Amino acid sequence: MTITVKKTEITPEMKKKLGQLAAFIKSQTPLHDNQSLLMSVLHYIQILFGFLPREAMELVSEQLHIPTAHIHGMATFYNYFTLKPRAPYQIFMCKGTACYVAGGARVLDKLKEVLKTDIGENSPDGLFSLNITRCLGCCGLSPVMQINEDIHVRIVPEKIPEIIEHYKQKHKKKNIESTQTEIGGFEHPAQ
Amino acid sequence: MHKMLNIKIDGKPVKVPENHTILQAADEAGIHIPRLCYHPKLPAIGACRVCIVEVEGMKQYPPACCTKVNEGMNIRTNTPNIRMARRDIVELILDNHPRNCQICEKNNNCELQSLANTLGVREFRYEGERKKYNADSSFSLTRDPEKCILCGKCVRVCAQIQGVNALTYAYRGFKSTVMPAFNLPIQDSVCINCGQCTLFCPTAALMEKDSTEEVWKNLHDPEKTVIVQIAPAVRVAIGEAFGLPPGTDKTGATVTALRMLGFDVIFDTQFSADLTIMEEGHELIERIKQNGKLPMFTSCCPGWVKFCEHFHPDFLDNISTCKSPQQMMGALIKTYYAKKSTIPKEKIYSVSIMPCTAKKFEATRPEMNSSGFRDVDAVLTTRELIKMIRQAGIQFEKLADSEFDDPLGESTGAATIFGVTGGVMEAALRTAYEVLTCNELPGIDFKPVRGMEGIREATVEINDMKINVAVLYSLSNVNKILSEIRAGKRNYHFIEIMACPGGCLGGGGQPYPQGATDPLDKQFYQQRAQGLYHIDQNKKYRKSHVNPQISKIYQDFLTQPLGSVSHELLHTHYHVRTPRGITHISEETVSL
Ligand code: SF4
Ligand code: SF4
Ligand code: SF4
Ligand code: FES
Repeated sequence: MTITVKKTEITPEMKKKLGQLAAFIKSQTPLHDNQSLLMSVLHYIQILFGFLPREAMELVSEQLHIPTAHIHGMATFYNYFTLKPRAPYQIFMCKGTACYVAGGARVLDKLKEVLKTDIGENSPDGLFSLNITRCLGCCGLSPVMQINEDIHVRIVPEKIPEIIEHYKQKHKKKNIESTQTEIGGFEHPAQ
Repeated sequence: MHKMLNIKIDGKPVKVPENHTILQAADEAGIHIPRLCYHPKLPAIGACRVCIVEVEGMKQYPPACCTKVNEGMNIRTNTPNIRMARRDIVELILDNHPRNCQICEKNNNCELQSLANTLGVREFRYEGERKKYNADSSFSLTRDPEKCILCGKCVRVCAQIQGVNALTYAYRGFKSTVMPAFNLPIQDSVCINCGQCTLFCPTAALMEKDSTEEVWKNLHDPEKTVIVQIAPAVRVAIGEAFGLPPGTDKTGATVTALRMLGFDVIFDTQFSADLTIMEEGHELIERIKQNGKLPMFTSCCPGWVKFCEHFHPDFLDNISTCKSPQQMMGALIKTYYAKKSTIPKEKIYSVSIMPCTAKKFEATRPEMNSSGFRDVDAVLTTRELIKMIRQAGIQFEKLADSEFDDPLGESTGAATIFGVTGGVMEAALRTAYEVLTCNELPGIDFKPVRGMEGIREATVEINDMKINVAVLYSLSNVNKILSEIRAGKRNYHFIEIMACPGGCLGGGGQPYPQGATDPLDKQFYQQRAQGLYHIDQNKKYRKSHVNPQISKIYQDFLTQPLGSVSHELLHTHYHVRTPRGITHISEETVSL
């Protein structure tokens, strides 16, 4: 799937990171032309933001004088770069035979409904990404679903809202704890 | 001088310069190696592999377009293995391509189709997954990535010739697609609608946005008076589609065809080109006399205007405020002519026939509504007019000539040459000279501004005043000159800028070159140019200000150049556009 890179919401945190990016670009000296800096700058963005926001690519375009089309081409060529933020909770629903027979398809439908999203996409709140997998190696306990490192077994559709809510609460708690933590201390891999 | 090397192509010994590729060497030896992604004016990228050949001593089949010749090279272009491998390559491309030639716009003009046919592909042997994408369109273009074969010619022409960089290869492998930045609709990109990519695209992946259906609808509507205008460059190219050589003057036959199609009134964009000269000429004189912004740039080319808005907003005040001839004519039809003919302006449907896809966009600019209605309702390219002529079963080759209608059909030779690079400049100089000196121009042709180089300059003396002028085409040339003007390295009073190589005669809406001719072929464009110069030479009037209908319209309606009526109907303004374009200055000049 090719995606359209939309504008990102400019939060104060985002603004701050863009400032950091601008400073980083200024600090670099190109080997021969600006083009030679592009790779390392994109790497920097991927690590700093966790993905390549459009605003960051536009900033690079202006500062390095490289057309946005070209930057976008580069960003999509390498699998290392992602154009969407990675959701903090990665859901993998098993669609292997055993899970399927045990009602996995209905569970998947319920997941789509509760998360308001589709396979391969993020939920609108950006917390979950819904994926399918072929076998998690515990067919005896099917249907099986993995959320980050947790394995959930013998799920029925009715249990889904509760499970999702659990992770939402968990995320809220984590966020409160980490509000004071600074994002600083970043080191660019190339440095 | 390059060293000459001895090589053999298909057993025939040939001498070629050492910097040649195998493909160039073969071309010179009269052997056409099949190709899809190669174009002589663009850097070779070896994307399609259709041009593979056998070279003695080499294990693989090298692509001829990007393999240099070596002393003693023994090349075979037509062995059983090569023929089979080439066919396989084309079959693989076809496998990932929609199979709907019969209902495809590019049917009979498609390089992929004709290559498959020539190579003898007769069945589909590799059934596999096919890419699926949505089509996308702007006011000027349509993009259908499912038909794209990833030859990258559009990406290169847009970057190297036009300096726009609207398109890129994105993703890789099976997902690889050519798209605008961020996969946004092309409407929201820096694309300036010149349509050069549509001339280069071997398939129907990039095409002009079709307006023929809408025009047919209005032609059949008894309530509507359909008025049409034709640009200069159309008349010397339209014949190509009917087997005539480039440059053949088909003005009269085109007028006849338009009448047969049902257009009620037929005017000539050349009339408003004469008017442009009156307005623009006076604007230049005023700018020079009153220390206005200089250099002044021409404004007839909507591709260039949009380019300036995206890429060089600091120069917007340098563009002449004159509307393009198309838009001047549009404004006059629904004001001056509507009044004169007592046809209510809301019942007028105004069409223009242009060599240009950017004109489609220009007609939609919100400010182009002097009469309270759209100045121009629909723009057809030369190619679309050809299609309509065919749809109506008109045998164009057999048509007798007929004349444009009064009063907006009269024009001079100065207006005809608007269609060729340097023409607007020459037309302006012819008038400026006489207006400023009050003497008759000794020789009428300003030869120094003619020619096919992408950057030309001249100094013209009028009344002891030295006027420095330049003529540019291809926007990558414009990037270069503008940066030198900024740096104070160049100093001009007046610059003509056309986006398309060769001027509008090489416009993105012109007929596809026939046979083995490539777009941007110098000789081919020169033939079209000769056609225009020939018409100019044989015109009764050759200077815009002596066009009797021009004098009349100033007397009856406009009062004087740059007067208040002109200001309201014939002049416009420009604005900064996003996304902001990024300019790449290349050292090389793009020339035909
Ligand atoms: S129309 Fe012109 S500017 Fe737009 S993509 Fe094609 S070549 Fe580039
Ligand atoms: S759109 Fe046309 S010109 Fe561009 S890469 Fe695809 S096939 Fe080639
Ligand atoms: S040069 Fe002529 S054909 Fe090309 S974009 Fe400009 S106006 Fe259109
Ligand atoms: S023409 Fe040589 S690789 Fe395409």
